Amino acid sequence: MAGLELLSDQGYRVDGRRAGELRKIQARMGVFAQADGSAYIEQGNTKALAVVYGPHEIRGSRSRALPDRALVNCQYSSATFSTGERKRRPHGDRKSSEMGLQLRQTFEAAILTQLHPRSQIDIYVQVLQADGGTYAACVNAATLAVLDAGIPMRDFVCACSAGFVDGTSLADLSHVEEAAGGPQLALALLPASGQIALLEMDARLHEDHLEQVLEAAARAARDVHTLLDRVVRQHVQEASLLLGD
Amino acid sequence: MASVVLSEAEKVYIVHGVQEDLRVDGRGCDDYRCVEVETDVVSNTSGSARVKLGHTDILVGVKAEVGTPKLEKADEGYLEFFVDCSANATPEFEGRGGDDLGTEIANTLYRIFNKSSVDLKALCISPREHCWVLYVDVLLLECGGNLFDSISIAVKAALFNTRIPRVRVLEDEEGSKDIELSDDPYDCIRLSVENVPCTVTLCKIGCRHVVDATLQEEACSLASLLVSVTSKGVVTCMRKVGKGSLDPESIFEMMETGKRVGKVLHSSLQKILLKEESLGPKRQKVGFLG
Repeated sequence: MAGLELLSDQGYRVDGRRAGELRKIQARMGVFAQADGSAYIEQGNTKALAVVYGPHEIRGSRSRALPDRALVNCQYSSATFSTGERKRRPHGDRKSSEMGLQLRQTFEAAILTQLHPRSQIDIYVQVLQADGGTYAACVNAATLAVLDAGIPMRDFVCACSAGFVDGTSLADLSHVEEAAGGPQLALALLPASGQIALLEMDARLHEDHLEQVLEAAARAARDVHTLLDRVVRQHVQEASLLLGD
Repeated sequence: MASVVLSEAEKVYIVHGVQEDLRVDGRGCDDYRCVEVETDVVSNTSGSARVKLGHTDILVGVKAEVGTPKLEKADEGYLEFFVDCSANATPEFEGRGGDDLGTEIANTLYRIFNKSSVDLKALCISPREHCWVLYVDVLLLECGGNLFDSISIAVKAALFNTRIPRVRVLEDEEGSKDIELSDDPYDCIRLSVENVPCTVTLCKIGCRHVVDATLQEEACSLASLLVSVTSKGVVTCMRKVGKGSLDPESIFEMMETGKRVGKVLHSSLQKILLKEESLGPKRQKVGFLG
């Protein structure tokens, strides 16, 4: 990507956005009728589907059952046609397992697992098209799916990625910006309390800049929260209209 | 397959209804459920299609990549099928649970597509050196019965939507070849899907057979016949699935029904695909948001 400026002199990024601007987000709940909860989200060109089954009895070995809370099980899978170059295996590789563990950590912090002891909640996320910010899109889709399933949560979980170029922090990175090799931060936030459910960054970033990048990611996550809240309210309104009173 | 538990009374109800040509949702024995087809759903593929048949949801993406031709067919490209039964459909498919079903469906797809289904010579770039390989990836999102039919419809729609860029092979002085894409992004080869077959699954329930069975009806049937038919009525593949047995007369009857229903299915699918294409690039893409 030699010669590609991530941030121009006028402050525009490669796709024409400003530094703190998010991509267009469209979401829908209740996509599949047979699952307990499902949701679909589009963040720019990244498309993710999340499906929730549960709470139900533990599948497989009973010994994994926790006596005081529910077991949260997550699987991350990305379709073979989701990336520019075709992927050989949709899941089972290291990156997918790691993403599954990260999603599990994120949702164990948010779901009120004490209300369902000895049971299991399955969250399956499928990425249909990957254009950067896949972790964030998966978390946002999974939040909507868990809400659609009626599983009680402490708060929404909203996620966003952030980067740092030329002294400015960028919010919601696309694939081009991620591939450029700069520092990338993934943040999952519980907006009402401001608590962080997951924070991940792997690159070199001077600690003086960390606060700025973290603040940009938190602001972007709160913007995502406003959008998701609107989607949930609209869905509930439509459902109650169908019910007739 | 995603399993559903039925009581004896429910099974008896379904079987008796089918004898009278009346199924649980009011269809006749030869009727399909409402099929929704949409193409060009995933933008970074060469072609894609989404099919929704009742509660069955399939997404197919076709990616065209340059590869080397097979040794015995040096002047043809080829198709590779891969089926991913995602855990979205049922928790039993988590991890490697969906691999068995996926391999079975992929093998069936290989059997259905024979030499004349797709013009493989059009996929050749330079004989013995370069050819187009079409990776057809099927993603099973929701399982509501009748998987093979919906997958074959989705594969046909995705192949219809596939646009392969036109390339030229440039040879320089040392003899090494370089492949060059044409400058115009809309200059591409389209595949002719006239001879691409569609499967029709006929499930034997009691002494009659039904087309497009739901999960509940599949639980009542002991044996099914899979017939793969092209738009002209030519049968490319026939397979019996299920643990029960079929007598030869029923097989002939089911095959006749399969051919008749298959031809109607092809003509409706063709009409829809052409109508979608005629709306052009201004078509409103709905995808999963609608």
